[in-house]
Amino acid sequence: MAEHTSEQIEKVITDSLISFGANAEDINRDAELSALDIDSLDLAELSQIIEEHFGVELTSGDVAEISTVGDAIDLVAERA
Amino acid sequence: MSEGRPGGACALVTGGSRGIGAAIARALAADGWPVAVNYLTGAAAAGELVAAIEADGGRAVALEADVTDPAAPAALLEAAEAALGGPVLLLVNNAGVRADGLAISLSDEDWRIVLDTNLASTFRLTRTALRAMIRARFGRVVNIASVVGPRANAGQANYAASKAAVIAFTKTAAVEVARRGVTINAVAPGLIATDMTVDIPEAFRDRVPAQRAGTPEEVAAAVAFLASDRAGYITGSTVYVDGGLSA
Repeated sequence: MAEHTSEQIEKVITDSLISFGANAEDINRDAELSALDIDSLDLAELSQIIEEHFGVELTSGDVAEISTVGDAIDLVAERA
Repeated sequence: MSEGRPGGACALVTGGSRGIGAAIARALAADGWPVAVNYLTGAAAAGELVAAIEADGGRAVALEADVTDPAAPAALLEAAEAALGGPVLLLVNNAGVRADGLAISLSDEDWRIVLDTNLASTFRLTRTALRAMIRARFGRVVNIASVVGPRANAGQANYAASKAAVIAFTKTAAVEVARRGVTINAVAPGLIATDMTVDIPEAFRDRVPAQRAGTPEEVAAAVAFLASDRAGYITGSTVYVDGGLSA
């Protein structure tokens, strides 16, 4: 569909991570979510936010594959 | 201290047309919650309850659904939000059934219907309702358990298993979402005077230290407290409303 740019996806994900308590200055594509103190409940909420914004449903298997911020952005960009 | 109930939040009470569920719906409405009253067979009673709540200045809607249907949670939550104008941030899993018999003679169907209604529906509704609650950074789930489960009651192995599991589910789900301002607690009634307990022998009351059956309103009071802002630091707990039976 390509209705959403990668910048839009990156912004939604970054804003979400900040709302979960991650420091904005630590967030970049290579940052490990675990290093940002993002845990499984945060990822469950992030999945909901992604679904609402981009209509992309992420399974728990998809989420398990995400380890960096870039992984999350690329996965959503691939399907949005 | 956690923040209070967001404006527009509403409540859903399953199995709310009569007995303990109806008393809970009334108590929550009195505390200002718009209330969705779920029922399966008690359409007339649910309608009367809604009318009574509205006559008292509250807001309520009756919603028919079989909570054992896996599609029911999403449909119920959407219908409640559409009717009452806000997300369900208080869920009371009250719907429950009995199908008594000694374990040696319980049928698979007796087992299935009790576990599906009392336990699986509690899980599925909670799972679905938590989505809005964690986003809102506020939520209350109150699961109606029983003194039967934590303690034995011959003839109710299926019911006891379901209610003990509800308490276990309550504890673990509670710790998973605690930091989002969502509390999940259980209320465990003892002998309460309702349609569901009319067949319990009078002699059973002698085993209750308070020497009487409780009322649905006494159970509802515990639920209303756990739903209130005052109970924001209570989560994963089970409150026994049993006249001392389990003490």
